[in-house]
Amino acid sequence: MIFKKSTLSLIATSAIVVSSINTAQARDQIRIVGSSTVYPFSSSVAEEFGATSKNPTPVVESTGSGGGMKLFCKGDDLKTPDITNASRRMKIKEFKLCEKNGVTDITEAVIGFDGIAIAQNKHNAPLKLTKKHLLLAVAEQVPSKDGKTLVKNPYKKWSDIDPSLPDREIIIYGPPTSSGTRDAFEDMIMKGQTKKMPVYTSLYKKDKVKNKGYKKYHKIRQDGVYVPSGENDNLIVQKLDKNQAAIGIFGYSFLMENDDKISAATVNGITPTPDTISSGKYPISRSLFFYTKNSHRKAVPAMDKYVELFMKEDMIGNDGILSEIGLIPLPDARRTSIRARVAQHKKLTLDDLSKK
Amino acid sequence: MNNIIEPTSEKHQSSQVVNDNPFYDPTLIKRHNKAKRFKFFTIASIVFAICFLVFFLGDMVVKGLPAFQQTYVQIDVTYNKKTIVSTRKAIDKKYRRIVSRAWLRNIPKLVEASPELINTTRKTWVLANHQIDQYMKGHYYKIKDKQLKLIQQMEQQATIKLKFNSLFFTHGDSKTPENSGMLSATIGSILTLIVTMLTAFPLGVMTAVYLEEFAEDNRWTQLIEVNINNLAAIPSILFGLLGLAVFINLLGMPRSSPLVGGLTLALMTLPIIIVSSRAALRSVPDSIRQAGYGLGLTKIQVVQDHVLPLAFPGIMTGSIIGMAQAMGETAPLIIIGMIAFIPDSPSSIFEAATVMPAQIFTWAGMPERAYIERTAAGIMILLSVLISLNTLAIILRKKLEVKW
Repeated sequence: MIFKKSTLSLIATSAIVVSSINTAQARDQIRIVGSSTVYPFSSSVAEEFGATSKNPTPVVESTGSGGGMKLFCKGDDLKTPDITNASRRMKIKEFKLCEKNGVTDITEAVIGFDGIAIAQNKHNAPLKLTKKHLLLAVAEQVPSKDGKTLVKNPYKKWSDIDPSLPDREIIIYGPPTSSGTRDAFEDMIMKGQTKKMPVYTSLYKKDKVKNKGYKKYHKIRQDGVYVPSGENDNLIVQKLDKNQAAIGIFGYSFLMENDDKISAATVNGITPTPDTISSGKYPISRSLFFYTKNSHRKAVPAMDKYVELFMKEDMIGNDGILSEIGLIPLPDARRTSIRARVAQHKKLTLDDLSKK
Repeated sequence: MNNIIEPTSEKHQSSQVVNDNPFYDPTLIKRHNKAKRFKFFTIASIVFAICFLVFFLGDMVVKGLPAFQQTYVQIDVTYNKKTIVSTRKAIDKKYRRIVSRAWLRNIPKLVEASPELINTTRKTWVLANHQIDQYMKGHYYKIKDKQLKLIQQMEQQATIKLKFNSLFFTHGDSKTPENSGMLSATIGSILTLIVTMLTAFPLGVMTAVYLEEFAEDNRWTQLIEVNINNLAAIPSILFGLLGLAVFINLLGMPRSSPLVGGLTLALMTLPIIIVSSRAALRSVPDSIRQAGYGLGLTKIQVVQDHVLPLAFPGIMTGSIIGMAQAMGETAPLIIIGMIAFIPDSPSSIFEAATVMPAQIFTWAGMPERAYIERTAAGIMILLSVLISLNTLAIILRKKLEVKW
């Protein structure tokens, strides 16, 4: 009897639990997912929003840009997130997935830039790199000496790549494949160059199916010179502190916070600073986004207020709170136009995404 | 040829020369040395392990202790209609880069709580921001010269000081390091563990009782046994995937809630509880059962009134250790969304919550330096909870255990 009673009550309570959840029609709490790069900014705004309004603090989950899009586009019901952050633009594939699942009314907001810093131990002499140096240091296959064929990356020292560089072992601590920073690095440092280098592209042209990878070559060497170091950028900073020879690749905000231990290398002669990143002079930077699901605006009334707070000058402006923790503000004019666009809840279309 | 046929006798003879003892073994010294070496290796390995532990704990304590203090500055704060709206104006302009933003934005709530403050200016101890705090603790700081001079001046006037950091225990997570604390994560952990305990304990004990007391030893029970032992060895992240698929996607329970977290961890803890409960039940001697049957008791009476109470200390020990393990788990919680920015404390098991190890994980990844000490302090708190849980398990075992 005891068994029966307890199992019955267990079933009954779980049934109540499940049904009570499914009947929820509106939600006070905003749910946000997405990029780990946008996460600190988004959660700062969330905290400010929770502290200064009557609404509960939004839940911000760091799932990575791709993971966030997957959750966001999963459906239109209230169990799915209201907003997703991204450290890159929504892909056309993702937009179509959204559309298929009934998420058709999306607004895109750009909040600012994030620079990717190439840094080293502070005690080293300044390092002046170019994008080409970086490519040759990290690619699995590089052009041979005569530049006609591809060979396995032979470079062990920076001076092997270019005599002007220091006679130092190449060892690079960088983000792992799951990271948005890695995507951006591959896009801007590797694909950007290899797609213009005939030694790579000719291979692609020869056999488009088999050599698909050479169209925009972005394979990183795996002989221990490039060390994937986990999502935690603090770890890379610690390693640079211990290992003088090494260089690291990570988000600009970590450079800013640790400038007693590490210093940035210049890339194409430009040092990463808020100004050079904002103006686009510094070559490795990317825009940060968030996307809102407008069909939730009625059921989650706090959403509009959160978005409005996020787009305010106090937050993403030149002296905004977010700039203190490493967000690089957009140029003034662009900020104003994007703010207007977001305030009107302008619907994102496929044409917007296919345009560059 | 001779020594091939009788090698032993020759040896025997030679040893007799040194020793008359008929039990004398020439390899004795060698064997004794071997034993000594072996003992040395075992001691060396334990010393090595202790060194690691001391180094780890020492490092945590040294890094974490500063987090229990926080810098406050004594300045004039003006409360009026204007400053409630734009809180930056509540303090003198020169202090704006010293005072914590989190404290300022709290002014409206402060006035709401004590309305007599309105239209007054009071000297108040105000939370300083994390750079000032890092300076006061002798860590690396980034402060502009103007503010640095002001602080040094305030130091002489004793209007800036380190106080006990009660915020660390009364606040949830925050993006301003000086305002962040462990409260919401602690409550999340408690709620999650309650759910885990309530599901895993009855299920685990019942399973163990069935397998030990009722089930016949046939292929089916053997299969179940193998699977339970296997389950105990499954990487915990897989339980997260299971939780996502079953509890969130199939049953529609709310994401990141202690309910889902607790159930997921319960799946993980179940095998531990089952295995330890079975061991405890098995250690109850059969004479107890037979005496019960002899007196005409039914099987349920024997199990419920005699075997279970005697096995209880062992069951409790296993369950507490299982709980301690569940408490320190993060991997499965990533997948069900409990590793997120959730500063508000949950008030029910349906609300979004985070747990203590998740909070430590989040802080460890933050760029601000002030989070380093908070990470270490969080680890100290988590470790002390785990150590007290394990101590409790040992005490229970020592006090209540019956020796047969």
